[in-house]
Amino acid sequence: MSVTGTSDRMTRLLALVPYLQSRPDGVPLAEAARDFGVSEKQVRSDLDLLWMCGLPGYGPGDLIDLAFEGDRVRVTFTAGMVRPLRLTTDEAVALVVALRTLLELPGLAERDAVSRALDKVSVAVGHAGGTVSPVAVSVDAREEALAVVREGLERHRALHLHYYVPTRDERTERTVDPMRILLVDGHWYLEAWCRRVEGVRLFRLDRVDDVAVLDERSAPPPQAHERNLDDGVYQPEPGAPAVRLRLARHARWVADYYPVDSVAPVDDPPGGLAVTVRTADLAWARQLVASLGGAALVDEPAGLAAEVAADARAALARYEAEPAAGTAG
Amino acid sequence: MAAKRAERLVNLVIALLSTRQFLTAAKIRATVPGYDADDRSDKADEAFKRMFERDKAELREMGVPLETGRTSAFDTEDGYRIARSQYELPEIHLTGEEAAAVGLALRLWESAQLAGAAHSALVKLKAAGVDVDSSRTIPLQPRLDAGEPAFEPCYAAARDRRLLEFGYQRPDEDVPARRRVQPWGVVAWHGRWYLVGQDLDRAAPRVFRLSRVVGAPKPTGPAGAFEPPAGLDLADVVAGQVGGEEHVVVVRARPGTAIGLRRHATPLGAAEDGTDRLQLRTTEPGQLADQLAALGADVLVESPPDVRDAVIARLTRLAAMAESA
Repeated sequence: MSVTGTSDRMTRLLALVPYLQSRPDGVPLAEAARDFGVSEKQVRSDLDLLWMCGLPGYGPGDLIDLAFEGDRVRVTFTAGMVRPLRLTTDEAVALVVALRTLLELPGLAERDAVSRALDKVSVAVGHAGGTVSPVAVSVDAREEALAVVREGLERHRALHLHYYVPTRDERTERTVDPMRILLVDGHWYLEAWCRRVEGVRLFRLDRVDDVAVLDERSAPPPQAHERNLDDGVYQPEPGAPAVRLRLARHARWVADYYPVDSVAPVDDPPGGLAVTVRTADLAWARQLVASLGGAALVDEPAGLAAEVAADARAALARYEAEPAAGTAG
Repeated sequence: MAAKRAERLVNLVIALLSTRQFLTAAKIRATVPGYDADDRSDKADEAFKRMFERDKAELREMGVPLETGRTSAFDTEDGYRIARSQYELPEIHLTGEEAAAVGLALRLWESAQLAGAAHSALVKLKAAGVDVDSSRTIPLQPRLDAGEPAFEPCYAAARDRRLLEFGYQRPDEDVPARRRVQPWGVVAWHGRWYLVGQDLDRAAPRVFRLSRVVGAPKPTGPAGAFEPPAGLDLADVVAGQVGGEEHVVVVRARPGTAIGLRRHATPLGAAEDGTDRLQLRTTEPGQLADQLAALGADVLVESPPDVRDAVIARLTRLAAMAESA
């Protein structure tokens, strides 16, 4: 059995008559199309088909009957199709898991409504929701900043952030105009217009050390556009300088985490991968290489490896000057 | 789907819903429009049989509860009907707020794995008279990683409780290893998908990253082959596997440096040399050593010795790098 079900059209055909039945005043075709997520033309063709269906006998009084008034349609004879089909296991799982996930979100004003909806839905799906669900979604729900950021967003207020920037290992202060909050790859982000850099930035909420809602109105300028995050938060910078690394076997995960241009197996180091990362942020690249502790060799840019090595030698000198506690006299 | 077939299936559902008697295949063939008429030829009989079997399979796949049985002891063959009480979605009344919560929740699957199922669930709720206003949103958008081809087969096997076989490539191994698992469920944990189940060869529960599954996982054997442990919390299993023993590490950091480290550290006051002593806790000492090595001369590990040695080993490798490039 596939996950999505075999036929969207059959699901829709069996749902359309009950849908109209529960709206006795009729529904504009455009609204029905929106509700079913298809074109108006498709709804019209579905209704044409249903008009040919009905109870055995299939005489004029047996067939499903519809009335069109202007742009509205209503059902005048249902042929016994008064309720939609039960939810399948997949549908029940999608619904129940989604509501449970929503309940996990911190600072959710609608918590009671979500909880009541979950109860009612669980009763309605019956058997399908009862046992261990084959899928679970766990979101990180401990972000204290989330409630404050959300308040700013809903009241259309600017925010003042103390934000930690890991690539430069520094804490920054900035005023931002919040645009939206997202959960991507398990982390909460605020997307906002940053007045300091005059650009749209993503702020990971677990890196927000302090946040305050200002009295000032939030006003992202017209050029502030939401970024498309379909390909993840780290986005390749096509024109940026290439950082070419050879990853040892136990560092191959880097190719899964960051957008890499090209991936090719190499023998040096044994079982290694050669990857190209494009980034203008050399501080980030330097930190990545250093944090890989020698498991990444640098082919490009020239000088990066030497910088990392010099840093390491300075650190080693410190360790030599200060032997481990206990062994020191 | 061809309009002709869709029309036939709708008529079949209506006919089986409207009867209390079990309808035999022959009766259905004679009644429901769209089936080839009985011309007493074997060829037509065969064609009808095939068509009817396909239609039954399609309806069952959609979740239509087809009942088989005989109306009286004199019937010579089984017939079909649909019990309305089994077919129909029970009454469900949601307030505007509750319906909005449902619409919002289902956006979780937007372009993710269960998007199709979420959409048809929404269609059915709307057909049940629930006015789900999908346009109303709160500015929180959970998103799931959609690009995980192993999700669907793993999820389906967990749902159907079928044994699953797949190749699994740990990053530190050269070739994928064959795993045989009773899949208990699929979990999104901190943004990554995991399969949780009983590993039959290791006779113990195991957690698998879906991104490390190689090729298409293959379900084998019958459905309902096992029961997950009662009261199982999938996310707990993943969290337990990922977390481990806690190590306490003490470091000395130069003032004004290691800002990121300090965000999760307990300050222990100043050391004699004017640096700041910090206490760190971690369940992943290897990762912490990576982080500490990357901070270079700004941070010195005091204790424990194994973390100190791990950092020195990393620094020694890094220091040797310049010559190789």
